[in-house]
Amino acid sequence: MPGAFEGETVTRRRMMNLVANGAGAVAVAAFTLPALGFALAPIFKRQQWTWQPVGHPSDFTEANYVTKVINITPGIGEAGNSVAYIRKRDPAIDKEPEDQWNHFVALSDRCMHLGCPVRYVQAAERFICPCHGGVYDFRGMVAGGPPVRPLDRFYTRVNENTGLVELGARYSVNNELQRFSPRFPGEPIDGIGQFLYPAQFDTGKPPH
Amino acid sequence: MPRIPQPPLPKVLQPKPKKPAEPNGQVQQYPAPLDAGISVVDWLDERTALSPGLRWLMWRKVPRGVNWAYTLGSATLFAFLNQAVTGVFLAMYYRPDVAGGAYESVRNINDNVFLGQLVHAMHKWGASVMIILIFLHMGRVFFYGAYKYPRELTWVIGVVLLILTLAMGFTGYLLPFDQRSYWATVVGVNINAGGPFIGPFLSDFLLGGADFGATTLSRFYAIHMLLIPGAMAALIGGHLYLVTKLGISAPPYIKADPNHDGDHAPDEAEV
Repeated sequence: MPGAFEGETVTRRRMMNLVANGAGAVAVAAFTLPALGFALAPIFKRQQWTWQPVGHPSDFTEANYVTKVINITPGIGEAGNSVAYIRKRDPAIDKEPEDQWNHFVALSDRCMHLGCPVRYVQAAERFICPCHGGVYDFRGMVAGGPPVRPLDRFYTRVNENTGLVELGARYSVNNELQRFSPRFPGEPIDGIGQFLYPAQFDTGKPPH
Repeated sequence: MPRIPQPPLPKVLQPKPKKPAEPNGQVQQYPAPLDAGISVVDWLDERTALSPGLRWLMWRKVPRGVNWAYTLGSATLFAFLNQAVTGVFLAMYYRPDVAGGAYESVRNINDNVFLGQLVHAMHKWGASVMIILIFLHMGRVFFYGAYKYPRELTWVIGVVLLILTLAMGFTGYLLPFDQRSYWATVVGVNINAGGPFIGPFLSDFLLGGADFGATTLSRFYAIHMLLIPGAMAALIGGHLYLVTKLGISAPPYIKADPNHDGDHAPDEAEV
């Protein structure tokens, strides 16, 4: 049966069906989409780039690491703390190009296998992970075990006003110690790895 | 029809056969409490028509050869119910506060709350029991070939339930918020990050940011006690509907009786 009058292309019954179902879909979307965005928003929230002082330049030497507790997530107590191992840059062994961000070498303590905290052992000049046996050499390069890339690093600078060494954001490095935006542990970034594991949207932009 | 032999009761204790109905068609009179119960059930059934459905669900034909291994599914269901009930009551005392409150609230449950240690332990150990039972149940279904036509969808739903149960274990492990919870979650989230392309974003979603942050614990808590249990309850309903609809399969070592069609034991099929 065509429409109720000449030239009608949609029957009234079909029109009512479309309107009722469409209104239902709009109503469901009206609470589903905001809720979904609410849950997914942190993925897109850009991190703040902050600097935190860790000590006087004379506290650090080329030959040994100084352990400093730093805060990577403010406001949540000890769960937001992490550990950085810091030493002065040694041109004799640090072959990566020097710039304003690496007069001091600051390594993150998170193992690049699955994120357990590594411990620096001065007698062996190695970083050793308690979880699955990852070992890193003095520069943080992988010396053995399952880690897929060298230890992450922090940008460092000496604050001109206070004269203190400050730690900035964390960054990841590949096996040539080239800088990449921070990745999760377990993500190799050599070769194709940097495309298989894209940088997160929430990566902070470094200051100019 | 074979009859169960009567126990050797003295004559006075043996049940008397019923008297035939009165010729005037009077209905049988029950004692008052029983009568009240019958009228309540009748009232409900008249309005809901539930009794055929209940009869369909509860009084089913069961193949010859069923054994104790067939109870593993029900055992898993009971483990799930144990987790649901103890979890609801643990939530009355638990506080997903990442700055130390979560650990303190669990310590309070264990040390101060009446029976708190018991309920907490029931939830903790019940989780392991449930996963063990699931795998035993799965093994029974697999080795008896019970996943074959027409029960493939029941198997698929069961596998989804297994994955959801493991996700429950993963999210629940963080909630006590001690050192073990924290580092196990860090490792688990980083394992997720190892998946190419979507792995990093999945980890971002789980953590609620780039690092373990203020919302990570409450996120895990909401997933653990609202999102997954709701999905599991719905899927368990579907799983049980299919089990009832399709019936239980006989063990593969039971040969069909050539004198009877189907795989029902002659006695049970006629009850």
